[in-house]
This record gives sequence, C-alpha cells and structure tokens, in this order.
Amino acid sequence: MTAKTLDLPKKSWLGLPALAIGLIFVALVTVYGWLFLHAESEMEVLALLVAAAIGVVAGTRSGATRNVSVAMNQHSGIMNAAIIGGVLVVIGLLSQEHFSLLMLTSVLLYLTAALGLNVQFGYTGMVNFAGAAFFGIGAYTAAVMTMHTGVPPLLILLCGGVAAALIGFVLVLPVVRTRGHYSAVVTIAFAVLFKTFLEVNDVLGGPQGLTVGSMSILGWDFNSSPTLFGVEMSFYVNYALLGTVLAAVAFMFTRRLERSWLGLTLDSVRLDETASACFGIGVTRAKILAFTFGNVLAGTAGALYGMMISFIAPTSFTFSDSLLLVAIVLLGGMGNPWGTAVAAAIVVVLPEKLQIIQEYRFLLFSVLVIVMLLFRPDGLLPRQIRTYIPGWRKQP
Amino acid sequence: MSGRLLEITQLSKRFGGVTALDQFEMTVNRGEILGLIGPNGSGKTTSFNVVTGIYAPSQGKILFDGQDITGFTPQQVYKAGVARTFQRSRLCLPLSILDNIMIGNYGRLSKGLWFNLINRRAFQAEFEEGFDQAQALIRTFSASLADRMFEPVGSLPMIERRRIEICRALISRPKLLLLDEPSAGMTHDETKQLMDDILDVRSRIADLSVVIIEHEMGVIERITDRCIVLNYGRKICEGTYGQISTDPEVQQAYLGAE
Ligand SMILES: Nc1ncnc2c1ncn2[C@@H]1O[C@H](COP(=O)(O)OP(=O)(O)OP(=O)(O)O)[C@@H](O)[C@H]1O
Ligand SMILES: [Mg+2]
Repeated sequence: MTAKTLDLPKKSWLGLPALAIGLIFVALVTVYGWLFLHAESEMEVLALLVAAAIGVVAGTRSGATRNVSVAMNQHSGIMNAAIIGGVLVVIGLLSQEHFSLLMLTSVLLYLTAALGLNVQFGYTGMVNFAGAAFFGIGAYTAAVMTMHTGVPPLLILLCGGVAAALIGFVLVLPVVRTRGHYSAVVTIAFAVLFKTFLEVNDVLGGPQGLTVGSMSILGWDFNSSPTLFGVEMSFYVNYALLGTVLAAVAFMFTRRLERSWLGLTLDSVRLDETASACFGIGVTRAKILAFTFGNVLAGTAGALYGMMISFIAPTSFTFSDSLLLVAIVLLGGMGNPWGTAVAAAIVVVLPEKLQIIQEYRFLLFSVLVIVMLLFRPDGLLPRQIRTYIPGWRKQP
Repeated sequence: MSGRLLEITQLSKRFGGVTALDQFEMTVNRGEILGLIGPNGSGKTTSFNVVTGIYAPSQGKILFDGQDITGFTPQQVYKAGVARTFQRSRLCLPLSILDNIMIGNYGRLSKGLWFNLINRRAFQAEFEEGFDQAQALIRTFSASLADRMFEPVGSLPMIERRRIEICRALISRPKLLLLDEPSAGMTHDETKQLMDDILDVRSRIADLSVVIIEHEMGVIERITDRCIVLNYGRKICEGTYGQISTDPEVQQAYLGAE
C-alpha cells in the first residue's frame, strides 16, 4: 500500500484553473446528492448509479479529477467552504422531506464515527470492531442525561464523547498490550459484551431500550419544526444542520491530526513499532491517543444520533453495525478522510434506496470489502502523501 | 577527542538455548569509526539490538557517555544519544522522504495536542524549521533526493533508501551512530558512494562515533579506525584492519564459517 504523490497536471481541463474545476465539481456533487436522496423509484436510483459510474470514468479520463485534487490541496479553505455550502444547499432543497433528511444526518453521524475509526485503524493500525458500541455508549449517555439531569443538551453531546473515551480506557490496556489480530479480538469481545450488558440491564431499559430527550440549544428545541419565510420545514433540518457542524469539526480535527507530528507518529507506529521505539516514539502513548480520539468522535456522534431518533435499544448498536463502520473505512481508503466520507454515503444511503441491497446488506458489504481488499486494497480514494501545510511552497 | 563513549562489559544474550552473545566486550572511543565483523550468525546484529534496548541483556553492563544504560527501553537509549539503521532496511515505505527523516527527529518535535491540533501557526513555524533541516541534511548525501522530499520512499532504489535511513538516524544529532550492514543489497559502485558519504558526514560532525557492521573487507579496510571480530557471540580479536586481517584465529573463523 504505497501512497501516491500528486503529479501536477501540465494542462488543466478545458484550460480552466483548478479552483474553477473544483467548484464545478462540488456543484455537480451537490445536485447529485440532492437527486439521490430525493429519488423514490428504484429506476431513478439505478439511473443515478449509472450516471455516477460514467461521471467517474469521464472525470478520470479527462484529467478533471486530478484538477479537483489540486484544488483541494491548494485552495483547501475555499473548497472546504464550498463543500459545507453544498451540504447546506442539499438540506435546504430537502427541507420538507423527513426521511431524506434523516438519511443525510445519518450519513453525517456515521461519517463522524468512521473518521474516528479511520484514526484508529487507518493511521494507527488498530482495528476496532466495537465502533457501534462506542457510538451506543454516546447514545445511552444522552438518554440517561437528557431524561435525568438538567445538563444542557449541547454539553451532553460532549459527555457522550467523554463517556465513550472513559469506557475505552478500560479496553485500552488489553488492546495496547496485544498486537495485531489479538487486539481486534479484544474489541470484538467488547462489542458483544456491550450488547449483552444492555439487554440484561433493567436500569438501561433492557431489550426495550430507552427514550432519549431532544436536542435544544438556548431554547431552540430541535424536535419542533422550524419555519423559514412562513414555510414549515421538517424538524430533521435542525439535526441535519448540527450534524453538518459535528462532521465538519470532526473532519477538521482528523485532518489536522494527520497533518501534524502526532499523525506522523501514528503512521510510524502502524508501519513499524520496533523502529518507532528506536527513535523515541512512545508506542503505547500513540495508541492510547488514537484510540481515545476515535472513541470521542464515535461517542459524540452517537449521542446526537440518539437524540435525533429519540428512541434507542440494544439492537441499534450491534456487532454488524460495527462491521459496517469498519467497512466504511476500508471501502473509502484507509487513512483518507474524503474516502471515508464517500464510503459513508454509499454504505448508509444505498441500502435504503435499493430494497434488494437492504435485505442482503451485510452479505453485500462483506463481499464488497473482500473484493476491494483483493483488487483495490487502497480503497476507492487511496490516501495521498502527507502534506503538512496544504499549498505550502507550492508543494502538491 | 579522547575518552570512551560506549563501554560494554561481559554482555551475554541468550535466546532459549542459543547464546547469541557470550561475555561480549566492546569499547567505542569518541570520534572513531569502529568496524564490527564476524561470520553470519555471530551476534553482530544482536549486539546492536541489546545496546538499543530492543532486547534486554541476559547479563552484563552497558555504559554510555558515563551513564549506565543497561536495561533501558529503546526510547531511553535514543534520548541518551544513540541512533541506528537496520540490516533489513526498516523505513516506512508508504511515507515520504520528509516523513521518514522527521521520525528520526522525534525527540525534538513538539508533541502537545494544543500545539499540533489548535495552534497551527506555531506548528507551521516548527514544521518549516524541521523541513529545512531535513532537506539540508539529505542534500549532503544527494541533491536529487533533496528536491523530492514529498515522494514516497517505497518508489526509490536501495541506495537512496539507505541514505534516507542514515539521515533519519543522523537528524537527531546522536553521539553514536550504529550502522548495520549499510551496503547490503547494493552494487560495488553504490557501496563505494555510500561509504564516501559516510566518511564525509563524519568529517563534518565533530565527535560523532560510528560502529559499522560490514561484510565487505574492502569497506572495512577503507573506512574503519579499528575493528572488533565476533565469533559465536564472543570477541575473538581487536585491532586495526591490518592487525586483525593477519590474525590466525580470525582467518580460521572466516574459513571455518565459509
Ligand atoms: N529474536 C531472536 N530469537 C531467537 N534467536 C535469535 C534472535 N535474534 C538472533 N537470534 C540468533 O542469535 C544468533 C546471532 O544472530 P545475529 O542476527 O546477531 O547475527 P549476525 O552476526 O548479525 O548475522 P548476519 O551476518 O547474518 O546478520 C543467531 O544464531 C540467530 O539465529
Ligand atoms: Mg546481522
């Protein structure tokens, strides 16, 4: 798995500057995302999938994709703003549609959790098969705290992350002590234990689960429908907006982590623990950092998820869901947060849109992961060489 | 320039029934290049692994720069001022040249969360300083590598990888550099180039001591001040190249091993 450097294309597509192409790309993806979330018949969905395939091939052939990467690196500020703008536009266009917004927000929250896993797995090489459990810890924390305390819900989100991190500390010792596959086994055991614990624990609602209070910020109740210019919108708009903020913040910190000495340390630990130690790198410290960072993201996302769906049960956070999170990281490309974003969208939305995938989704995603590992081990969007400061001294 | 930097006494290392090091003795003086030679499996690499803390010694004592470093972790040994390369090159192949060299400078990098994640301005300043330093160092080995700091190491030929590995060890400005068969896998001409580089570096860094494990006797003759010969984990001879190459026991060890 060698990362690739970006060759700056000699001539850009249609002679346009890279930034223009980047912005056109974001606009296209925005429209596409809206159409896809909006699509109702399976025919529409299939047509959109074909369009995506054609778009990918055309983009690669014409060199436009290259220009998009260049734009991302050299104008990262503008591009990131444009992408967030794109998400906001999609939320606006779908503002009446409960189900589409629920899906969009789920993508954003799964993305947040998967970014955490990406730090653990993609950068540090620690496979975490308990991602959904940490997500669930956040959701259950939210349930208990919204119903039994007066803590402001925004703070409860953070508490969800902190709770996941604290419970993660219990696991961290065996995970850090064991190497490779054994640490994966520890997390599997934890994922199973977590679900069983919830099922037998009456205080936490047992198999029936718990009700979660809604999010509210300074009197703005997220479960009431907002109105804009006299038009009433779905209450999910609130959650979609906050989900966007959460995912954007998670993305920013994941990126900054990668583009720092700490990110370098995590890569070094993944690639060669012994050599790392010979250059003073604290292997255990690096692993604890990555594990905690990831669990905080998963827990925070889970807390908001719980508030959004307002009712949670042990079956919402199963081992299969943990597998889906791992699949997102693998599919997208280990260590590439953009890949994680693309994969999160595919894995969350596609099964909802195509009945056939819904029924066999675990089977299909397992096959997909195996096929990817065999034929495209670097994922849909392979990770690129670390650029610490994008655009610095014309570096790619 | 006189004085002892490293003193190893009565060092033994056993792996189950195998005694890889047997009452091994070695002294490295400040500023010298010491050759460590011996037949395959005689314990040369093991001696590096024990000094750098990868393996705890079964017995014996290691003094470095006046400090007892016996039983230190690899991290502690690095902090004390020992850096090394590996027999089978252990670079991070998917990472860039810059990344690999910066790993060697870990001791000097700021590791705080605030610094790395929030205070990006301070990070950029430190990054630029680190980049310039790494680039200047690699330029002394190869100007073309210095212009490709963001290329993955995995795409480079062996000789370039060895150079990067040596830079990774040197960037921390160690007092002692341990080179484990730096010429392994290279052609005769490449080996010669690399040895020129090593001599060049040594002439520019005053007081740097080097221990080099090497199979090619031509190399040993050319670059070492002194040699130690190992056989079955024991030191069997010590002296200049001229002295050890005529020693009957050494000749016997090599002939016996062939
Ligand atoms: N981790 C280990 N576990 C068990 N035995 C080991 C280990 N490391 C080394 N040995 C054994 O110790 C002995 C010395 O090995 P070492 O690698 O130090 O030799 P060397 O002199 O570096 O040889 P070479 O010239 O082939 O590199 C060998 O018999 C080897 O099999
Ligand atoms: Mg060896």
